[in-house]
Amino acid sequence: MDAVFTKCEKCGQPIYEKDLRARFNVCPNCEFHYPLSAPERIRLLTDTGSFEERDGGLFADDPLGFEDYRQRLEKARAKTGLDDAILSGTGAIGGRRVALAALDFRFIGGSMGSVVGEKVARTIEVAGAEELPLVIVSASGGARMFEGVYSLMQMAKTSVALSRYVEGSWPYVSVLTDPTFGGVTASFATAADVVLAEPGARIGFTGARVIEQTTKERLPEGFQTAEFQREHGMVDRIVHRLSLKGDLERLLGFLP
Amino acid sequence: MILDFERPIKDFEERIAELRRLAGPSAELREEISRLEEALDAARRRIYSNLSPYQRVQVARHPERPNFRAYRDALTDDFYELSGDRFFGDDPAVRGGLARIADHNVLLMGHDKGTDVNSRVKGNFGMAHPEGYRKVKRFYELAARFGLPVVVLVDTPGAFAGRGAEERGQAWAISADLMTLARIPVPVVSAIIGEGCSGGALAMCATDYVGMLENSYLSVIAPEACASIIFRDPGRAAEAAQALKLTAADMKGRGIVDEVIPEPLGGAHNDPTSAIDAVGKSLDRVLTGLSDTDPEILREVRYERYRRIGTHASENGQGGLQRG
Repeated sequence: MDAVFTKCEKCGQPIYEKDLRARFNVCPNCEFHYPLSAPERIRLLTDTGSFEERDGGLFADDPLGFEDYRQRLEKARAKTGLDDAILSGTGAIGGRRVALAALDFRFIGGSMGSVVGEKVARTIEVAGAEELPLVIVSASGGARMFEGVYSLMQMAKTSVALSRYVEGSWPYVSVLTDPTFGGVTASFATAADVVLAEPGARIGFTGARVIEQTTKERLPEGFQTAEFQREHGMVDRIVHRLSLKGDLERLLGFLP
Repeated sequence: MILDFERPIKDFEERIAELRRLAGPSAELREEISRLEEALDAARRRIYSNLSPYQRVQVARHPERPNFRAYRDALTDDFYELSGDRFFGDDPAVRGGLARIADHNVLLMGHDKGTDVNSRVKGNFGMAHPEGYRKVKRFYELAARFGLPVVVLVDTPGAFAGRGAEERGQAWAISADLMTLARIPVPVVSAIIGEGCSGGALAMCATDYVGMLENSYLSVIAPEACASIIFRDPGRAAEAAQALKLTAADMKGRGIVDEVIPEPLGGAHNDPTSAIDAVGKSLDRVLTGLSDTDPEILREVRYERYRRIGTHASENGQGGLQRG
């Protein structure tokens, strides 16, 4: 298995899958950042053995009886081994305890329904109650439309939780990864003290394809990339995935 | 503009008008007219009491439906408009200012869809840019500073999707509104008077009290966009509207909104004065009810309301099904 080659979609060079995995899905050749699952993200960021999952066993309901939603959920669960599009809990980053959540794009596009909203809110509350810094890593197409207005309301749910947390003096760091859009960007993912982003990640409110279709505008090269967002003042820093843990350690070292 | 399903109503109206032009003192004609008027009334009742969700969406979007301007003009004794986001510009898609509604001094704001081609284009059909949402944040903070209740009239197809909006941080502007709205220590009351679509609506309606006109809708996504994503066919918007459960009655049934404000027969566009009056009465009642509430209690109740909202199943069986 370890000798299996794959071809980088970006640079076209052959890469060992083993090498790709060892570099948390960053191409050893061109440094392209492939999507990273939530469990791998947690492994990347936390000190070995420090992560304790919270709020496992919350499952999406199908409040609208939306066509195919249950089947989609079952498929996503089988594919990812996750309950929903998020893994959350507490862990240590370079010895510093934090409350941490990571979204998983493989699970219905990382979309935010009631379970994602609830677990984000609970993670924020754990951070508040235990006086911990809060780190949330996003990868999401936005609200989960199969849950209709309930998914829209998760934007309000995560916002009210955050609005309490920021009354305290512990930091909230949001990490935006490819892709982060819609109701996730328009709620907890951008309302942070510090916003970091991975190189090349596509970040925005509405996706480029939809904008092109509706406005017939030609969009510039690099539109909505992390670099574009940093240039427009929306993101603090672009951080390479393999430097992310060290960067967070450094940042948190300055803050209460 | 006549909606497809309103055709039978229009046919009766046209025939009645025609006969009225002809009608002299002839008793026969007058009888025919009154027979047609009864049929018209029955047709209105039949059609409007059986609207499908997508038909309601069309009523909510009707160009003659009373919008922000009509409510502002009819419900306020005085409206002192304020402009600009203090960063980049003034977005006419959202308007607001100091207003007096039935003896209440308030900060009134809402999406402005305009009344003719020029004003509709200028207001971008109620789709705000980040400047609009930053103006909203300014208004929330201004109201908080002076202890003024906020009244919001929600009527938007969504936040604008465009290059400039993205370049200037549409998502950031909306999340800042939600964060501000969550903690301002004044009553915030909204009425969804037409379209309540996506985060662009939510930034202005995650409020202490939400009233909703009978034929307005609230949704995470426009039914056409939902259909093109889920069914890969925007033509199946009617099915998507059905599936999204976006009507005022659905919202009230699920505890998302507090009140369904009935519309006159034939929809608000058929009798704007009655619709505006009904919304005005609701706002007056709610503002009076909230006027002496302790600001901390307001914030606490608002927090609880939106913190609880959602629906999930728990594996350990402790929480069971939680519904907001």
